[in-house]
Amino acid sequence: MAHTMNELIQLVVSGTATGAIYALAGLGFTLLWQASGTINFAQGEFVMLPAFTMLFCVMAGAPLWLAFLITCAAAMVVLGVGFKRGIVDPLIRHGVIPLVIATLGLSIALKTIVRAGYSAEAHQFASPFPAGQFSVGGITVSYADVGTLFLAGVIVVALQTFVTRTVTGRAMQAVAQNTDAARVLGIDAKRMVLYTFLINAVLAAVTALLITPTYLAKFDMGDSIGLKAFFAAIIGGFNQTRGALLGGVLIGVLENLVGFYWSPAYKEGVALMLFLVVILFRPEGLLGKAEERKV
Amino acid sequence: MKRNPIRLLAAAVLGLGVGVASAQQTVLISGLVELSGTGATSGTNFDNGAKLAVKEINAAGGILGRKIEYTSSDTQSNPGIAKALAQKAIDQGAYVVMGPVFSGSILVSMEETRRAEVPNFTGGEAAAITQKGNPYVFRTSFTQTTAMPKVARYIANNVKAKTVAIIYVNNDFGKGGRDVMMKNLEAVGVKVIADISTDPGQVDFSGAVLRVKQSNADALFAYTNEEESARLLRELRKQGYDKPAIGETTLTGQKVIELAGDAANGAVAHVGLTADAPLPGIKAFDEKYQRDYKFKSDHNGLKGYTGIYIVKAITERIGKFDRKAFAAAMKGAKISAKEHPGVLMDVSFDQNGDLDRESFLTKVVNGKQVVVETLPALGAK
Repeated sequence: MAHTMNELIQLVVSGTATGAIYALAGLGFTLLWQASGTINFAQGEFVMLPAFTMLFCVMAGAPLWLAFLITCAAAMVVLGVGFKRGIVDPLIRHGVIPLVIATLGLSIALKTIVRAGYSAEAHQFASPFPAGQFSVGGITVSYADVGTLFLAGVIVVALQTFVTRTVTGRAMQAVAQNTDAARVLGIDAKRMVLYTFLINAVLAAVTALLITPTYLAKFDMGDSIGLKAFFAAIIGGFNQTRGALLGGVLIGVLENLVGFYWSPAYKEGVALMLFLVVILFRPEGLLGKAEERKV
Repeated sequence: MKRNPIRLLAAAVLGLGVGVASAQQTVLISGLVELSGTGATSGTNFDNGAKLAVKEINAAGGILGRKIEYTSSDTQSNPGIAKALAQKAIDQGAYVVMGPVFSGSILVSMEETRRAEVPNFTGGEAAAITQKGNPYVFRTSFTQTTAMPKVARYIANNVKAKTVAIIYVNNDFGKGGRDVMMKNLEAVGVKVIADISTDPGQVDFSGAVLRVKQSNADALFAYTNEEESARLLRELRKQGYDKPAIGETTLTGQKVIELAGDAANGAVAHVGLTADAPLPGIKAFDEKYQRDYKFKSDHNGLKGYTGIYIVKAITERIGKFDRKAFAAAMKGAKISAKEHPGVLMDVSFDQNGDLDRESFLTKVVNGKQVVVETLPALGAK
């Protein structure tokens, strides 16, 4: 009995770690939506691109931490400022649909470019955490899972603190809630939206750092992450930052449990099932509030 | 300067003539290979190996005085596309079709080459490929039915395992291998106490590895494609699995070692072909391959390379470019490496298109595949 209990806890812990990674990508999704009404279907490729940037830096001889910092900076410029100025700003005034289509196109373009440059083969990616594991009361936990949970936790807490405790963070929230009112109050709404894009870019880089050691760097690695991030955001509630966290962790844990106790064949369907149930019975998401759409 | 129209005309006719002549002097071999999708690693290696052989043969004057024209098209690891490309290759008049490598693809595409009576070499290892009575399909590697008995014997006699956990990938390749392995393990008295199916392209092996650990089996037999093997080895390392991990061919492949890094150390696998084999011909191949492609070939590179040389050897034996005669000559053919160095090892074919030759037991030591034993051909005993 204790045996099966330990098994369950182990599955929940490693599922939470994987789920935390989905949550980070999902968080970026909801942030962009709240601040600018952008649905970014290239979110998966926004994770894939930093993975290859880091790979490039590491191959050029940089240690992983330096590669990560360079990638963060590059991501902020390209996936933050570049994405906003080049694609979102010109298209958003035509509504959500053109932008959705544009991001779908962007996703295909990015995959094709990376495939042309790096071939369709997978590439090794070093883990930022040491291999191995330790036991606590009969439950074995790997360093990688603990490291992932820790790093994801730090980032979520830091982000939450930034948004709720700092003037800039509150201004960002104000813009997300009511752009016009925020503008009247003298908040530079454009700048706040730009910050959101920068945060999303960094979140994508962190997600890449955490997930690529498992997924391996491959041009289509974003397909599944992007989808999971989207599901996580919808399940938790698209208009709630905390929602994406709950959604991500829920998917990660359930995937692990279904894969182990039922069959790995059904694992990939878990997020989709959850997504369908939520859409049918609680379309605003588990933590979301039913609210009127901003026009 | 005045131009002489007659001379110009003569030059044009001559040019045309040369064009026709050179077109006549080539023979088309079509490669249908996985250059993207889940089979990208296998297909790229196979394709590179074939190209290398073509380059060498053409430099030495071709086959029966005709240069080989080799084209490769991407099946995207998709059986439907492979089938369409097989049809296209036939329409273009291919003398021989090379590939696809994936068993699921060749099982579909070989129906096209069979109908058109075009010899078709494959890198696929699923037992079913040569059990369909297709006289035009030939292997470039072992089948699971010839390889698995060797692995089962190793698990029983060398590892001395009484119980085994199996992780396999749920596609034609994986399922076929698992079924044959189950039978062979039973034959040598080893019990399978965990039978774990995984998906093609699966990224997270934590559940699978946990089940292996909970089963407490003496050893693990892992049978998945390259990327999945690497992810599996990484997960085994992550969860501190310390019992023998044994595979067939893929587990100690070059790409797997590269992707799995340190986690690959200690893995053992039976391989039909390896660029690390202690044979002079294979050493020379390894050097040439690395020089041309800047990375080390896996067993699929050797399959493509030797496949082309088998085409050359048999064509020279029949003395003409005749697809039917070629297929007939392949039945029971024996090709010696002494006469045809390009085939690298003595090889013999049976009536079904299956081949037999020596094979190797390999282990990953310090990130390198090391041959620990050379196993004789099944027919040599």
